[in-house]
Amino acid sequence: MEKQKTTNKRHLRNDIILVAVLLLFAIACGIYLFFFRATGDAVKVTVNGKPYATYSLSENREVNIYTGNNKQLNRLIVKDGKAFIETATCPDKICAEHRAIFRDGESIVCLPNRVVVTVIKSDKTDAPDAVT
Amino acid sequence: MNNKIKTITFTGIFTALAIILAYVELLIPPLFPSLPGIKMGLPNIIIVFLLYRKDATSAIFVSLIRILLVTMLFSNAMAFLYSLAGAVLSLLIMILLRKLNLLSVVGVSIAGAVAHNIGQILMAMLLLDSSELGFYLIALVFSGIIAGVFVGLCGALLIKKFPSKLH
Ligand SMILES: [Zn+2]
Repeated sequence: MEKQKTTNKRHLRNDIILVAVLLLFAIACGIYLFFFRATGDAVKVTVNGKPYATYSLSENREVNIYTGNNKQLNRLIVKDGKAFIETATCPDKICAEHRAIFRDGESIVCLPNRVVVTVIKSDKTDAPDAVT
Repeated sequence: MNNKIKTITFTGIFTALAIILAYVELLIPPLFPSLPGIKMGLPNIIIVFLLYRKDATSAIFVSLIRILLVTMLFSNAMAFLYSLAGAVLSLLIMILLRKLNLLSVVGVSIAGAVAHNIGQILMAMLLLDSSELGFYLIALVFSGIIAGVFVGLCGALLIKKFPSKLH
């Protein structure tokens, strides 16, 4: 009887450890997915919310995105499977300071020029690939 | 000979019970319709019971026959692969934990429910090649814990009602 009691206590303690480990695992997964999501294979550029172009991440390129009657410029660089804005005419330069993006769903937004660059997985969209 | 008939009868009865529980579960409206994997796993009550009051072999038998029959009755081939992957992983984990005698019935059931969900997700990742499913996994771990507690408590109750092993 006494033995059964201690066994039950041990079991309960182990149960709690199991649940704690599972919860930690789930939280760790969440953090991992949030920070290390799957890499995309193309970037979609929109200007004023309208599709502008889609560029594959697999080949290096440099694109000038002119907006606002060609007065505004965001220079988009695709290099080694990552995309970033090298220079921009916007006042805040937030977009140019943004680190290179390459994970599915990541984006760089230039609010003043209304340019959004988003990483996509091209098999998920029907947008034409690599418009130059 | 007599023993063989007994085994077949037991397996049949418990398989029928597991199928009824699977059917009952289909009648309950899903908690999250957009997340089809989130279920209580009621048939697992029978599997847990068998692990404690019969043996691993009968648990494996009942689980696999149950999945085969439920698929043929109410489901499709795609769902069969998910269920099978979930059931195999869940059975392996529960049999192992039962042998190790580290956890209570509820603990074994929780581990089984979470393993079931992980098995399903791994199969889906294999078939659909999607990274979005990773987020799904987190929801399934949480729901697995809740389902496992419920199933485990039911199983423990049943095990208490039948204090000796079935022969
Ligand atoms: Zn900018």
